[in-house]
Amino acid sequence: MTKAEVKALKGDQRTQEAIHPHSPVVAFGADKPLRLDSGTSLSPFQIAYQSYGELNAEKSNAILICHALTGDQHVANTHPITGKPGWWSNLVGPGRPIDTDRFFVLCANVIGGCMGSTGPASINPETGKPYALDLPVITIADMVRAQAMLVDHFGIDQLFAVVGGSMGGMQVLQWASSYPDRVFTAVALATGARHSSQNIAFHEVGRQAVMADPDWQHGRYIEAGTMPRKGLSVARMAAHVTYLSQAALHRKFGRNLQDRQNVTFGFDADFQIESYLRHQGITFVDRFDANSYLYMTRAMDYFDLAFDHNERLADAFAGTKTRFCIASFSSDWLFPTAENRAVVHALNAAGASVSFVEVQTDRGHDAFLLDEPVMFSAIEGFIHSAARARGIALP
Amino acid sequence: MNALTTTAGATASHVANRVDFEIIASLVKPGARVLDVGCGDGELLELLQTQKNVDGRGVELSQAGVNQCLARGLSVIQGDADSDLVYYPDSGFDYVILSQTLQATRNPKQVLSELLRIGERAIVSFPNFGHWRMRLSLLFRGRMPVTKDLPYSWYDTPNIHFCTIHDFVEMTEEIGAKLENAVAVNRLGERMTFNMPWGFWNLFGQQAVFVLKR
Repeated sequence: MTKAEVKALKGDQRTQEAIHPHSPVVAFGADKPLRLDSGTSLSPFQIAYQSYGELNAEKSNAILICHALTGDQHVANTHPITGKPGWWSNLVGPGRPIDTDRFFVLCANVIGGCMGSTGPASINPETGKPYALDLPVITIADMVRAQAMLVDHFGIDQLFAVVGGSMGGMQVLQWASSYPDRVFTAVALATGARHSSQNIAFHEVGRQAVMADPDWQHGRYIEAGTMPRKGLSVARMAAHVTYLSQAALHRKFGRNLQDRQNVTFGFDADFQIESYLRHQGITFVDRFDANSYLYMTRAMDYFDLAFDHNERLADAFAGTKTRFCIASFSSDWLFPTAENRAVVHALNAAGASVSFVEVQTDRGHDAFLLDEPVMFSAIEGFIHSAARARGIALP
Repeated sequence: MNALTTTAGATASHVANRVDFEIIASLVKPGARVLDVGCGDGELLELLQTQKNVDGRGVELSQAGVNQCLARGLSVIQGDADSDLVYYPDSGFDYVILSQTLQATRNPKQVLSELLRIGERAIVSFPNFGHWRMRLSLLFRGRMPVTKDLPYSWYDTPNIHFCTIHDFVEMTEEIGAKLENAVAVNRLGERMTFNMPWGFWNLFGQQAVFVLKR
């Protein structure tokens, strides 16, 4: 196969995954439209999900995992496109801190995503063509509303836990605010109750990179048989830097050169860090839809939980009975400890039951996806003591 | 009495049956809302939940302490008495407890005022630096006292604001707190009777537990 053919095949695979995913799908017909914050609604629509473990007879042991910006529902199984292990397989699985021998774990691809839930690469029934930018803008609350419909589909009244980091953490907070009676415990990692100006700025850089690529074709690249590969890679490269930290980058790459003894006095990838970022950009394009990237980043930008409650974040959680666990990471500059603490303070002010831990690490925002023993023991202790309180049987 | 919590945090965890815990538990009404500031590994909070069925919350500086609390099923926030109490609403708790932590705060007076804003009552326990052994140690050895119960050297101690029972009572008067109850314990861990004068307490009380009201 030529390089171009491989690219085309991967492009097809990605488009296929968006429409006919390697995941179970629940389809919601015209009788069950998804009401959207933008004032419109989405119908019909579908949700692709993965589940692990068994739902008990009382349906009391369900844990919903909410994925991050470029994550998906493949939490603890091999990824159908990349062939890599699930993105949280170190945390979720048999005998893991979120023990699938004890809990029924559910994760849905978010609305607006590209792994099987309705998103910009899905076919618009009105035109028979991909939605592209005709898909209404999706918010975090919209994603959560769709997940609630999926949870209804399983006949689950109350989730034992809703767990997520970053954009997933935003969904966790939204869940607890929108459906306080349906969330027994909430675990939100490396997140905030709103997206900061700096974070919006980085997202805008990424979106502009995508839209500046001529292959983007005003969003109609699937029909045009192109893909804004360059634009999306650059977006990913810029974003990836924000997921790490200065210390971690220097520890990992320093000023080391890539396969050469001296700099080339040119603009090749002389440094290892350049080579690494280029690789991150290229591999991302194979598994992620460019328009989805626009929708996901927008959803995070629009998130501001206090805004809907007269700028009083505590009011978003008034009277809540949910038990919260919030964790931040000391070197995270995307969602610094202060942003996480603001949530904790609001929960305190609302009289909520809240625990908070700041994990000391130099691995930046991405630490929530990595093997961080302190985070694991915190989550495990919190989840298992709450499970005792909820009367969920041990495996 | 044993090693202090706060910065030492979980290092004190294996030390069970702190005498002030039993006293504090006897002072708390059943079913109360309680905030334990500097809760260490959560031993006191767990005791209060089991014995008094309280709705308990904790604040703890050390990561190890916080994780141990989580494993006990306690609600605990990693944070600092000096900087984080301002975020709690007025009168959110029936009791705010500061056990063996006051002397490790940067601004004890401000912390105590915050306790009385957040809680209807504040329960404060602290080691009495006016105890005769402390006095003798300084008088005869000419060095800062290092005892079994207060094992730190002056340069590495988290306890930066020691006080005596006299000093503490004076501060409560300055901030206008009402002294509702007080218990002192001698070196043998026995409660001293209430009708003794302050001077006697200050000399023989190895640690003190005070209940204050706004």
